[in-house]
Order: sequence, then structure tokens, then C-alpha cells
Amino acid sequence: MDLYGELILDHAKRPQHAGLRDPFDAEVHHVNPTCGDEVTLRVAVEDGVVTDVSYEAQGCSISIASTSVLAEEAIGHPVEQALETFLAMRRMLTSKGADEGDPEQIGDGVAFAGVSRYPSRVKCALLGWTAFTDALARSGEDISVVSETAPSRP
Amino acid sequence: MPAFTEEELARIRADFPVLSRTVRDGRPLVYLDSGATSQKPWCVLEAEQEFYSTRNAAVHRGAHQLAEEATEAFEGARATVARFIGARPDEVVFTKNGTEAINLVAYAMSNAGAPGAIDGADPEVAARLRLGPGDEIVVTEMEHHANLVPWQELARRTGATLRWIGVTDDGHLEDPATVVGERTKVLAFTQVSNVLGTLNDVAPLVAAARAVGALTLVDACQSVPHLPVDVRAFGPDGVDCGPDFLAFTGHKVLGPSGIGVLWGRPELLAAMPPFITGGSMIELVHMERSTYAPPPQRFEAGVPMAAQAVGLATAVEYLTETGMERVHQHDTELTAYCLEQLGERPWVKVIGPRDPTRRVGAVAFTVEGIHPHDVGQVLDDRGIAVRTGHHCAWPLHRRLGIPASTRASFSVYTTRADIDAFVEALDTVPGVFGLSA
Repeated sequence: MDLYGELILDHAKRPQHAGLRDPFDAEVHHVNPTCGDEVTLRVAVEDGVVTDVSYEAQGCSISIASTSVLAEEAIGHPVEQALETFLAMRRMLTSKGADEGDPEQIGDGVAFAGVSRYPSRVKCALLGWTAFTDALARSGEDISVVSETAPSRP
Repeated sequence: MPAFTEEELARIRADFPVLSRTVRDGRPLVYLDSGATSQKPWCVLEAEQEFYSTRNAAVHRGAHQLAEEATEAFEGARATVARFIGARPDEVVFTKNGTEAINLVAYAMSNAGAPGAIDGADPEVAARLRLGPGDEIVVTEMEHHANLVPWQELARRTGATLRWIGVTDDGHLEDPATVVGERTKVLAFTQVSNVLGTLNDVAPLVAAARAVGALTLVDACQSVPHLPVDVRAFGPDGVDCGPDFLAFTGHKVLGPSGIGVLWGRPELLAAMPPFITGGSMIELVHMERSTYAPPPQRFEAGVPMAAQAVGLATAVEYLTETGMERVHQHDTELTAYCLEQLGERPWVKVIGPRDPTRRVGAVAFTVEGIHPHDVGQVLDDRGIAVRTGHHCAWPLHRRLGIPASTRASFSVYTTRADIDAFVEALDTVPGVFGLSA
């Protein structure tokens, strides 16, 4: 089926930057209680730049692959830019198929465009990303841009 | 001979309107998630509509004709549901769902410890209901969260200790004798595991608890839809080896959502303090204090779910007419066929007992190297609805060393063709993820 494109399967099989590493500024543990997927994620930030995202994830291919893409897209980028990437990713995932995603902005994240047609899987794709923004907040970074533009909940 | 002929099964399926719809770009729906909730036959939908369109009024209130007819319909439904499980009407309490039925008992037990809560009760019965530090609550490792978390909370509120009977590698309960003892005040266990399908033998578990004077509660949410249950005939030859309480939910037994059932021994219900309080459940109300109605009204605060009660009664009548012995046989046939089909696939690992006569209603499994969510997604793409995840039995999955599983579950309208479609779709799963079947 088309949901599981090559990119997703590659990332799920060989998650980039996987494993927990030192040094780090904050560590979080996020769970999807409806399915039991879990991720422990660490971030390291230096002078406003994400220097490392390391993680241990247990879950479906969508959640593992998405966390892998997150690490790829965030490491080496300014916090501000990483948050923009998160917002673009979230916009696409919650668009119900309307937003195909911009490869310039979210890189391999475009592979997850199909997920937006399956509302029950959006949480899987966002698990690692949500953990990442939480970890940034706990390391003292300003993530207000994330909540200011959060999609309204019904 | 199979439980139902093909013609009979076709007739049964025609009673369930949702089964004729298509999903995911025109594919016929193959519904294998009845363990989560069953589909509803026309007669149940019509019964609710008939109640609302001809007799709707607030039950147990008002002196007008509609109120009388609504009350009669509600109490008539109670009698029908009671008969379905071999109980007397006044032993049957309607709750919101199975979870609330279990919470009702757990909260009544902790409320029983409050000063003056059950002063008028038989002292011996009152002593059985009260618990505190040093007492033990026993559950099993295969419980649904609904029959675990309420007991964890009861332990926390009262200072009692929570213990549990373990699960063997092949999905059976370990010997209760190592856990149930003199300190045990209550033993709560499921008759059928919603994940393993394991059919637990109620009588010996109840006997172990009775021997030490402990109360017993059976979670019958996954058994009542599939096999005959008589609350007083769990023992051999119809001997009353039944529990003290039995809980199940309406929506898994072809009935509406929003209604569940707690059955309890009358002497216990009579002694129990209320759980939820308010209108309907009182006897006398003063500004300072109130006294309460006898059961079952004591446990049914507020205007009750009359249309849902009528719907549930219609659902159990539908099952009674179909014949619960045949429903059980049909389920065993489906389970055997599903186990056989999955058994031919070495990359599928079934959890729970291998013997189809020792399990009911569901077959859960894992696929080597592929997360259950991904399995479920591929199946869904072909119109096959299964459940994936921990099925509200997280500790059980931890015990089995798996994060989650995929579950196919059955009902009276499930066919071998459903299972054929399911395994055919399952065969495509490894390929999608670049693995060989």
C-alpha cells in the first residue's frame, strides 16, 4: 500500500541517529497511551543550535521513521528553524491530505504526507516530534511559537 | 455439523445493517473487532427508536401514563436481562458500562469503611465488605485495565495490598493457591481474557476465594457475548459455584453503548453503601442526611438509560432466540479455523492457548519483525477491521514480552469467509515491509 513508501521503510529499518548519547541538556519520555508506543529522547543545544537529538524508540514503522527524520532534520540546525520544520510537519500531518509538504522545509518528512489521510496514525507520526519540542522547552528554549500556532482542538 | 448453516448465517448477517457497507474505496467491510464492540442488529436499533417514539418519559417519576409505560419498559428490560444470566431482577443493577459496574463494587467497598456508612447492615456481611491495611485484593495478570485499575485505586484508598495471580507462557492462570490466602478480601478475575481468549474456569477460583471468606467478582464482558452464562450454575451439574458479583457491558453483546450490568448476591447488594448518589436512589432526604432505596435502585442514581435498557433486552432476546449454545459452538468453530489458518504461517505467533475449546472470542498474534500497528494498517487498507495495540491489557503484554499485538475477534455474524479474507490480506503484510512470508 502507498502509505509505506521506500523512505519510510528505510528510516524504520535503519533509524538515523538512534541511541541515547551524551552530552544532552534535557531528556523526555513520551508515550502514546492508546497503542503503547514509547520514545525516550534527548536534545543538546549550543548557542541556539540543535547539536544533537538522540533517542530510543519502540513503536510502529511510522513513529520510528518519523523520529528518524526528525533527528536528521533537526541536528545541526538552529532551534528556530527546527521548530519551523516541526510546524510544517504538523501542518501537513493534520491537513487530511490537503498539504503535501515542502521537501525544502521538511526533507524526507514529505514521505509522511499519506499519513494525514489516516487520523489514527497522525499521533504515531508526531510522537517523536512532540517529544522533541518538549525536550527543547525543558532545556530552556523558547518554544512558544509551537503553542501559538497549535491547531485548534474540537 | 456446524452451528449455523450458510443460509442461517446469511440471515443473521442480514440483521446487521453495518455489515453491508463498504470501506476504503469500495471494499466490503470485514469486521473482526467485535471484542472491542459488537455490531447491532436492526431489532435493537428499532427497539430504541420504538421506545423514544412511543413511550419516552423519565423512569420512576411522574404519575402520567407515559411515565408508567416507560418504567414498565425499563423494569421489563431488567427482568429480561436478569433471565439471560439466570438472575433475579432485583439482583441486576444497570450501570453505564462494564467499567462502571466494577467501579461500583470497588467504591462500595471503600465507602463501607466510612463511619456510619453501613451501620444497619448485617455485621458479618459488613465485615466482608470493609478492608484496610493488612488485607489483600487479588486480581490476575491477564485483566483488562477495567478490572485492574479500580482495584489499584481501592488498595490505595484503603491501605490494602494488591496482589495478582500470574499468567503462564501459554496464556493460562497460574495456581491461585500461592496468592489467595487468609488475608484475601476480594478476588476479581476475568472469565475470558480479551487478549488471550483464555476461558478461565470460574468454579475453582471462586472456591479458592470462598474457602478464605473472600468476595469474588467476575469480569464477564468477553464471556457473556459468546457463551451461556448462568450466575448460579458455574459448577458441575448446575451447582452454585458462582461468584458474588459479575459485570458485563451492553455494547459487546449486540446491545447499545451507554449501558452495563452488575449482578450481585442480594445479601451483599442489600448491605452495600451507594457509589454514585443523587436522585432516584434515595428513600428519605433531609437537609442533614438521607437514607437510601433498596437495591437495585440504590445503585442507579439519576434518570436511568431506559432506551438503552430496552435495546439491551432486545439484544439478549435476539441471542436467546439464536441459542447461546449454538453461538458458543459457532465461536469455537471460528476460533479453531482461525488458529489453524494462522498456525500454517510460521511468521505469525499466536498468543494464548492453542486448544480452541479453552478459548473464546478472539485470536491475538504478532508478526515477526512488524509492529502490530503496521499490520493493522495494511489489513485496514483491504477493508479488514482488527484491533491493534495493547487492548487495555498493558501488564499482560509486558508479561508476554511484547509491546502490542494484533487481534481478530468474532461475533455471531462472523463467518469463515471473514477469516479467509483476513488471512489473505495478512499474507501481503510481510511483502509490504520487504520481508518474505
